[in-house]
Amino acid sequence: MAECHPVGFQWVVEAKQRGATVIHVDPRFTRTSALADLHVPIRAGADIAFLGGLINHVLRNGLDFREYVTAYTNAAAIVHEEFADTEDLDGLFSGFDADTASYDPTSWSYAGAAAEAAAGLREEQFEPITLHRNAARSDEFGSGGPVVHAKPERDETLQHPMCVYQVLKRHYARYTPEMVEEVCGIPKELFARVADAITRNSGRDRTTAWAYSVGWTQHTVGVQYIRAAAILQLLLGNIGRSGGGILALRGHASIQGSTDIPTLFNILPGYLPMPHAHQHESLEDYLERAAGATGFWGNKRSYMVSLLKAWFGDAATPDNDFCFGYLPRLTGDHGTYRTVMDQIDGKVNGYFLVGENPAVGSAHGKLQRLGMANLDWLVVRDFSLIESATFWKDGPEVATGEMRSEDVGTEVFFLPAAAHVEKDGTFTNTQRLLQWHHKAVEPSGDRRSDLWFYYHLGRRIREKLAGSTDPRDRPILDLTWDYPTEGPNDEPSADAVLREINGYGPDGEPLKGYTQLADDGSTSCGTWVYSGCYADGVNQTARRKPGDEQSWVAPEWAWAWPLNRRIIYNRASADPEGRPWSERKAYVWWDPQANGGRGEWTGHDNPDFEKSKPPDYVPPEGAKAQDALAGVDPFIMQTDGKAWLYAPTGLADGPLPTHYEPQESPFTNPLYGQGSNPTRQVFPRPENPYNPVGSEIFPYVFTTYRLTEHHTAGGMSRSLPYLSELQPEMFCEVSPELAAERGLAHGEWATIVTARTAIEARVLVTDRIRTLRVQGRRVHQVGLPYHWGWRGISTGDPANDLLPVVLDPNVHIQESKVATCDIRPGPRPRGRALLAFIEGYRRRADEEKQ
Amino acid sequence: MTGERPMVPEGEFRSYYGRPIIKPPVWKSPDVPLYFFVGGLSGASAVMAGLAEATSRPRLARVGRWGAAAGALAGAGALIHDLGRPERFLNMLRVLKPTSPLSVGSWLLASFGSLAGAAAASDASGLVPRAGRAAGFGAAALGPAVSTYTAVLVADTAVPAWHDGRAFLPFVFAGSSAASAGGLCLLGVPPGECGPARRVAALGAALELGAGQAMERKLGTVGEVYREGKAGRFMTAARVLTAAGAAGTLVSGRSRALSALSGAALLAGSLCIRFGVFEAGYASARDPRHTVVSQRPFRS
Amino acid sequence: MSNRLSGPMPDVSGEAGYIDHPERVGFFTDTTVCIGCKACEVACKEWNLVPETGLELTGMSYDNTGELNANTWRHVAFVEQRVPAERAPADLAPPGPPSPRGALGDGEETRWLMSSDVCKHCTHAACLDVCPTGAIFRTEFGSVVIQDDVCNGCGYCIPACPYGVIGQRPGDGGAFKCTLCYDRLGDGLEPACAKACPTDSIQYGPLDELRERAQARVDDLHAAGVTEARLYGHDDNDGVGGAGAFFLLLDEPEAYGMPPDPVVTTRDLPSMWRWAGAAALTLLGCAAASFVGGKR
Ligand SMILES: Nc1nc2c(c(=O)[nH]1)N[C@H]1C(S)=C(S)[C@@H](COP(=O)(O)OP(=O)(O)OC[C@H]3O[C@@H](n4cnc5c(=O)[nH]c(N)nc54)[C@H](O)[C@@H]3O)O[C@H]1N2
Ligand SMILES: Nc1nc2c(c(=O)[nH]1)N[C@H]1C(S)=C(S)[C@@H](COP(=O)(O)OP(=O)(O)OC[C@H]3O[C@@H](n4cnc5c(=O)[nH]c(N)nc54)[C@H](O)[C@@H]3O)O[C@H]1N2
Ligand code: SF4
Ligand code: SF4
Ligand code: SF4
Ligand code: SF4
Ligand code: SF4
Ligand SMILES: [Mo]
Repeated sequence: MAECHPVGFQWVVEAKQRGATVIHVDPRFTRTSALADLHVPIRAGADIAFLGGLINHVLRNGLDFREYVTAYTNAAAIVHEEFADTEDLDGLFSGFDADTASYDPTSWSYAGAAAEAAAGLREEQFEPITLHRNAARSDEFGSGGPVVHAKPERDETLQHPMCVYQVLKRHYARYTPEMVEEVCGIPKELFARVADAITRNSGRDRTTAWAYSVGWTQHTVGVQYIRAAAILQLLLGNIGRSGGGILALRGHASIQGSTDIPTLFNILPGYLPMPHAHQHESLEDYLERAAGATGFWGNKRSYMVSLLKAWFGDAATPDNDFCFGYLPRLTGDHGTYRTVMDQIDGKVNGYFLVGENPAVGSAHGKLQRLGMANLDWLVVRDFSLIESATFWKDGPEVATGEMRSEDVGTEVFFLPAAAHVEKDGTFTNTQRLLQWHHKAVEPSGDRRSDLWFYYHLGRRIREKLAGSTDPRDRPILDLTWDYPTEGPNDEPSADAVLREINGYGPDGEPLKGYTQLADDGSTSCGTWVYSGCYADGVNQTARRKPGDEQSWVAPEWAWAWPLNRRIIYNRASADPEGRPWSERKAYVWWDPQANGGRGEWTGHDNPDFEKSKPPDYVPPEGAKAQDALAGVDPFIMQTDGKAWLYAPTGLADGPLPTHYEPQESPFTNPLYGQGSNPTRQVFPRPENPYNPVGSEIFPYVFTTYRLTEHHTAGGMSRSLPYLSELQPEMFCEVSPELAAERGLAHGEWATIVTARTAIEARVLVTDRIRTLRVQGRRVHQVGLPYHWGWRGISTGDPANDLLPVVLDPNVHIQESKVATCDIRPGPRPRGRALLAFIEGYRRRADEEKQ
Repeated sequence: MTGERPMVPEGEFRSYYGRPIIKPPVWKSPDVPLYFFVGGLSGASAVMAGLAEATSRPRLARVGRWGAAAGALAGAGALIHDLGRPERFLNMLRVLKPTSPLSVGSWLLASFGSLAGAAAASDASGLVPRAGRAAGFGAAALGPAVSTYTAVLVADTAVPAWHDGRAFLPFVFAGSSAASAGGLCLLGVPPGECGPARRVAALGAALELGAGQAMERKLGTVGEVYREGKAGRFMTAARVLTAAGAAGTLVSGRSRALSALSGAALLAGSLCIRFGVFEAGYASARDPRHTVVSQRPFRS
Repeated sequence: MSNRLSGPMPDVSGEAGYIDHPERVGFFTDTTVCIGCKACEVACKEWNLVPETGLELTGMSYDNTGELNANTWRHVAFVEQRVPAERAPADLAPPGPPSPRGALGDGEETRWLMSSDVCKHCTHAACLDVCPTGAIFRTEFGSVVIQDDVCNGCGYCIPACPYGVIGQRPGDGGAFKCTLCYDRLGDGLEPACAKACPTDSIQYGPLDELRERAQARVDDLHAAGVTEARLYGHDDNDGVGGAGAFFLLLDEPEAYGMPPDPVVTTRDLPSMWRWAGAAALTLLGCAAASFVGGKR
């Protein structure tokens, strides 16, 4: 966090000074470790075993926050008796289909609810089940999770053998400190200290927070890493409470914003699922199939209709399904890596790269470049000529002779982009805060904002289509595309865009929040979760009242979605009766005296609960949406109002996080016969070979990461002298033991080799990289920053050229945090010799297999 | 470059990767050691000239005068050449700062140079002889300061080999100046008129050698830099040359050649010692151990 | 004279001739919370338009800057250490002791110290004292600033500084160092480096306040068992009369590349002049004696 979120880390420093204990779990001793109380070195890719060990510690010793767990989670829910755990099936859950490498989740559902859930899922059988996975349908449920029966059978005593609590307990029973040591290389004593620290620091009076970023996500089990942390936090009562939570430290300045208003293929603004071809012919189909009828997602129609009104304005009417038919439809996986494969296979004609440098930044650089070399056209909008714009003339494949510029048919258009200081707009930060930034200078020369680009591109297309009667042009012609422009470059007003996102009521006035949204077309809203950011006609995101001039929750600094709420699910900060769990941790509570004696939720933050719904509210039979949730159901986006320790549906790889080895590992799985995540997404093709498991040819683990001094693929940092000089060259970090074993000399060159290619890097031999003892063997880890490419002021080989493409099945994220390699002293071979060198390695790896 | 290190090195003996703690000076060689030499030479020469004038030794006086003037001129030239921004050399006379030996020295050198120059010019042209004489006496009065202030110049830094030698360096420089001025006279004046020069040279050489020895002893560990490396070689050469020159002056008698040889040896010795001191300062500045040791002698 | 060249000096700006001047300001750099992000280095260069220093991988941990110099006015040091695991295992129940260490096993721990160094804006600034042109001056804020348009590049300030702060800019010839952002202070802004520092490792403010804060922080750390915490440069009675930029360190100063007990060289200037005077008289005496003894 200190490395990649230094500004956010100030709060960790402050917390530490106020007495907080800071623990850092990372294969490397980093700048974060340097300020932590405890550094826990871990083998890359082993965190589920570690978190599972903590869960086991909590369950075995009865350290869970029982009252919270019983009331607010699904611990008491009874799971269908057909469910079989990985403990029973040696690493698989019930429902696995080996042919498609995917699960039929029917048996994971709750007892009693099973029939219904199964009925819903039966439709799925009409299509190959892989579609469920490939279309990233686990995301389709948005932040709400999938439909489940709102009232599963429960055993409040948590004794029923099939209740979630007991299932969980059995699932993790073998995740003992000994096993953690065996899998992760974390000594038992060290593990005990962590276990002790987090459990002692949780409960009524105290909370523990977990913060993670891509060290946890970029794995074939990335989603399950986070699930594991969620289970632990729920057991300890650390969700929805101040000082608790699982903090996703997000990436690019507004990457949170680009998930809320997504650049992802499978969701629409506000986590509305992207409609699916065939299944979602009409709005009615769409809402019926995917919407939870209970919980706040029960209002999905309002959110969707208002979105369609924002986009298609007067053209969207009840009679034409509010133009729902205009929306594009999914037919499968359209994620970035699938698209790259399709590029290579000649299925993609054109490509926009807007603020992305995949030739350096995405896994398996060669695949990225081969794909882009096989397009008709490529548009690159960036500040400088990044590698992705020039690979066809100066990329590594040109050097090896694999690519000849004259053979590359892709027409590349480079359009200079304006930087954030050259335009108005918002950043949505990692804490869901929308923060307005003002233009400081006009963009120079031909630089234009992305807003300008898309607006004027759309305007010109619409001009070309004007008067067309072809129905396929209607969606474009019917768009509300009327933003006012200003300034010398006819810059569209970002302010007007924000207003549109906030939404308007029937009277044309800005909405105060999403609770005002209607499903009859009388309101419009560009992103329901953002509704309220322009409440009262005031740009709420531009507020900058200093922290010391307001309460400690600082509600007047910028604007948090939803409804300026700083902690979501904060109803859980009070006990079932609505009283704070403790005075010290009081955050939101029920005040029975308020509201003329009728009572009201109140507190330091905006309560994430209907203000007047009393704790003793019991929903009447047949209630819908939020009315179906009781006064003790804090997780209001869930259909059952409970947080899920066990996910009866919605995940491609199982209801409970399970330790699987990475795709490439020196080890077999000590817990199960099943080695890696059985549902991981692999691309078995000649350009994408994988290093064999347990290979002596590739005996070392490597991980990739960032340096404070550089930014991602380097387009924004290697082009600047002040940053380049701070980390001037690509390097690798190795332990003194590995250096001795391989004859690597500090400051000299080393070559790192995988089945994909070899790269060279200067060697830093350091105690900060630990050799760990795993499964009785010493395992060496190599650390590789991934910022370098061949252009810019500071150049070097891209670490991503080493990685294969293998993905998490839920969200299609690449496993870039762990793979295997060899390392040897000296620079790498050049030109064709590099190909021969790699060929030699592949041959030996093949021979080894036999 | 870093290859010989086994790994990210821990600070050896508690230094930061063996990096210097203070900055070595950026003064250029040969400009600055040469300046020390010619400055010292010209100051002592002016004294010689004055005393010769007063005691009616015209040849000696003339050599001294010219030595003083030429030295001052060359010194000023070297000094200006050494500046990072030579075009701004006049800024030296923007203020007079007693806390800055370079400021004091600049004013000193400017006054001395003018007087020595005037004396030499008068001598050459035969014009205004009285004024010329007066200027010569003026220069003689300033001469000793010109010869020794450069010792303060280097000592008034954080460089351990210089700063810690502050009580000795002025004597080393004074002796070396005297020896060089004596040496110059031995070169330029027939042996018969060289008596005082010989004695000045011998006394100067003794002072230089004695003060130098005492300084090295006093400096302890930091004194290493005067014995090792480039500086050590200059210091050894200086000692040999100065001792030889001094011995030569005493035995040369009426031999013009031997006398001149001795003079040359003394000049060379004096030159070497300036280079030696200069290089020793650099070496001690570059070695963090010296900075630490000179501040924490008990630790070394 | 001696008091003006060394020792405590409660009113530096007053001594420098400012009648009505603001409080003396400076830096307290608490290295225990430095995360080595180098934002200070970059912010300084951005604000002051300091040139790039070159692309050299030094192999000195994450420090590729190396030192303070004409083109580096802030320098973040990275010290990797292997130290004996002397402290009893930290009790991690809050409040935990701040201990920036990672177990290495075998009774050893690794620690990674980071510290952002800068010009000390000494009470008795050797650089200022020795500058012959008057290019270096004391500001009304008590800081020490080089006027680039006066400096003639004589280089005297460079070896005079006991902290090795100043350097000569290649290709320019002038001497450069931190200005304590003189141009920002005048506008009521804090220096760029302090502004950029995310963790408040660099704290800017009135020196007196900073010293109090620093002492409190050291006391806290000591109470928490971090006995190696110490202040550096905070003491009026030290060799430079107290630094305007002082530090909280976790090791000896020399481990961070700083002098253990620096002294303003001009403290000894009177004695140096006396020695020089004596030497000059000796020279004169030798010469006179030589002329007196005998005609030839
Ligand atoms: N200075 C700087 N800041 C940035 C960025 C940048 O490029 N430079 N990028 C931004 C972006 S886009 C993002 S996504 C974030 C990412 O922020 P982070 O996730 O913090 O960044 P990384 O350095 O990629 O990875 C973090 C750590 O994960 C560790 N790690 C690797 N494998 C494992 C594992 O299996 N388990 C555990 N526990 N740890 C592991 C690595 O050693 C590394 O120290 O940073 C953002 N901030
Ligand atoms: N091995 C390995 N690979 C990784 C990761 C890892 O940890 N390890 N991390 C992954 C992660 S989390 C990320 S986010 C990616 C990042 O990978 P990329 O997104 O491919 O890389 P960036 O360098 O961040 O590219 C962003 C580009 O946007 C440009 N840009 C900045 N602002 C604007 C703007 O306003 N408009 C336009 N048009 N362009 C702009 C920048 O100049 C820059 O070139 O890398 C991923 N790849
Ligand atoms: S670069 Fe920007 S987003 Fe990243 S820490 Fe610094 S201020 Fe925050
Ligand atoms: S630290 Fe050095 S440069 Fe800074 S004021 Fe003191 S003597 Fe001058
Ligand atoms: S280099 Fe410039 S600032 Fe330094 S002492 Fe000389 S004139 Fe003064
Ligand atoms: S005070 Fe200003 S000049 Fe000095 S280091 Fe900080 S930013 Fe640079
Ligand atoms: S900005 Fe602050 S935290 Fe970052 S390196 Fe500088 S002093 Fe350390
Ligand atoms: Mo990211």
